[in-house]
Amino acid sequence: MFMKRILFICLLAAVGSLSSLHAQDAARPLPAVTLQNLEMGKVSSADFQNDGKPIIVSFWATWCKPCIQELITIQDIYPDWQEETGVKLIAISIDDARNAAKVRPFVEGKAWEYEVYLDVNQDFKRALNVVNVPHTFVLDGKNNVVWEHNSYAPGDEEHLFEIVKAVANGQPLPLH
Amino acid sequence: MNLNPIVAVRGHETPCQALLRCFLPKVEVRSFAWLAIFLMGAGNAFAQADLGQIHGNFQADAQVYRVDSAIGAPDFPENLGSNSYLNLIYTRGDLEAGIRYEAYYPTLQGYTRQMGSGIPYRYARYRHKVVDVTAGTFYEQFGSGMVLRTYEEWGLGFDNSLDGVRLKSNPIAGVYVTGLIGRQRNAFSNKIEDLSPGIVRGADAEWEVNASFPRLDSIKTRVKLGASFVSRYQKDEDPIQILPENVGIYGARLNLLRGGFNLFAEVATKINDPSTVNNLIYKPGNAMLVQASYSQKGLGVSFEFKRIDNMDFRSDRAATFNNLTVNFLPAQTKQHTYRLPTLFPWATQAMGEWALQGEIAYKIKKDTKLGGPYGTTVALNISRINALDKTPTVDPFDGYTTPFMGKMDSVFFQDINLEITRKFSKSFKATLQFLHFNYDQSLFKQLTGFSASENVVADVQVLDMSWKVKGKHNLRWELQHCYTRQEFGSWAMALVEYTFAPKFFVAAFDEYNYGNAEESKRLHYFTGTAGVNLDNYRIQFGYGRQRAGVLCVGGVCRLVPASNGFTLSVSGSF
Repeated sequence: MFMKRILFICLLAAVGSLSSLHAQDAARPLPAVTLQNLEMGKVSSADFQNDGKPIIVSFWATWCKPCIQELITIQDIYPDWQEETGVKLIAISIDDARNAAKVRPFVEGKAWEYEVYLDVNQDFKRALNVVNVPHTFVLDGKNNVVWEHNSYAPGDEEHLFEIVKAVANGQPLPLH
Repeated sequence: MNLNPIVAVRGHETPCQALLRCFLPKVEVRSFAWLAIFLMGAGNAFAQADLGQIHGNFQADAQVYRVDSAIGAPDFPENLGSNSYLNLIYTRGDLEAGIRYEAYYPTLQGYTRQMGSGIPYRYARYRHKVVDVTAGTFYEQFGSGMVLRTYEEWGLGFDNSLDGVRLKSNPIAGVYVTGLIGRQRNAFSNKIEDLSPGIVRGADAEWEVNASFPRLDSIKTRVKLGASFVSRYQKDEDPIQILPENVGIYGARLNLLRGGFNLFAEVATKINDPSTVNNLIYKPGNAMLVQASYSQKGLGVSFEFKRIDNMDFRSDRAATFNNLTVNFLPAQTKQHTYRLPTLFPWATQAMGEWALQGEIAYKIKKDTKLGGPYGTTVALNISRINALDKTPTVDPFDGYTTPFMGKMDSVFFQDINLEITRKFSKSFKATLQFLHFNYDQSLFKQLTGFSASENVVADVQVLDMSWKVKGKHNLRWELQHCYTRQEFGSWAMALVEYTFAPKFFVAAFDEYNYGNAEESKRLHYFTGTAGVNLDNYRIQFGYGRQRAGVLCVGGVCRLVPASNGFTLSVSGSF
């Protein structure tokens, strides 16, 4: 019995040391998950690219008011952001089969200019450990997650842009 | 290596399993040790640069219950309920593994009662070129889900994951195949051995025609075809009737796209499947879904038609409510985000209904008289769900016959709603909604206790205004009203929310059932809530009485159960 406990503790220690061995500050590469674009084609998140410039990945749903608020607010200033940093915003809809077919008319009806993908069974949401929507990630030029934020309050987009500018210029990320 | 002198190997197990069983008698601990051994093995790659990464997320919701006889809240002897989970994912190159630990001591009110903790979800996945294999617990969807969909929704307490093996492959460009076999997780059960009695196995193939032929890849018309088959095996233990042990469901789908036009159609049939839900009839089931849309910049139009007849399909023919469903038949109604419109939710009647839904969304251009300085978006949605016209058959075991179209006048549910959103200035914007509901409440009789003498007719208005006070301070308030003479009567709701971006928010809201026929039931559902949002973490606490439903407060939308008392919710990702 005692030996069994010792062995188990050794196993836990191995897990613990393994977690601390990997560089804690290493950026997280974007997981490769199959998504659907609005033209019904399959796209892998591993193929997201923006010529080395930053990417914003924003999870949203047609029933999530704060998500829509965030994307409407950013749409108004998106051309300015693109001009200054070359950033691209990729909006991932977690709508399931109930609303997935309405995402394209919804997005066009609001005249959004983002790249929109459907995460129909929420595989991408689970792979990125998203709990609630909205959840927004900023990726550097190599598709590593360097910043994330859960929730949206009016005014958050200003800090989001500070982060994007810092990533575009290779500077350390500003704190709030 | 002969382990027999050291460990008594039982007849049905391998030496490895025997060793593990001996060292770690508890199953949950064994699962964790399995992952630990795996990680330690992976750690042998210490000499190499990439050790992999561990990421995770967690959520803990706790509630202290006050006795509340006014809303008929049941007794809660423990006084405190909590639902929590911790999810970990390990990735290294082509390898991925994960576990989720869940704990209920006991579950919050409004969920299936459970007491205990364990690891109901654990898997390992390997992906390389054309191979993608998952062993353990997984979620999967075929097409629109009418044949198979396993998913989880923490806020609803729903998780019908499959425990088994799944193989996915993309052998040639444009062709995707999936095969799976397993048993389903049962409600909120924490024990791995406590799975569904039936075995589920399925296969799905999808073909993106344009991707397979280089000449077609650049043409405007895009075609996608799909087919799926799922079968459930469950032993027949009925002493009287002969029940089919293998029940299969077949599906085919088509997706056509050209420019702004999109058409999706899926049909499915199920062979005879006598079950508790359909009262043990042998009638086959069928479902049909057609979705068409047209989109261009500033305009989106969509139309849907759905018909379902006896399509309830589970991994246990005796299961009811939300337990052990294998397929997904969503309600063809608009999913509402404001509180009072969610007073009338619709759940698909798997036993039979047909539905129509149309929606048009339009953005009135900015700098026009009607559009204002920033533009105005308008959305109109109409959904109507009708009963099928059923005629019972002479032989009761055949169930009934029904023509393709039901009667237009037997309305199950109707929802007509209009939404107008406008930004008036840099600091002020508003949304206005008008909704009209009409539904047959006898379908929910067991839940509400109301008789079917008349349909519920309700008119709801919502006004949501947001004012940027200065810099990062924002004040938002909502006024909602629901007028109805049926069910519980009219409601009024007000909400005030103050946010100091990005971190702090405080809100208070009250739903008042002022129109209730019984004066003693004219209650206020008042809640005060506040919270902190750090980039990766969120803490929210509240006090008061709250109705179940979607709640969009403090910058996120969550599904919440009914509650009275102090609530605390902590969540984060790392």
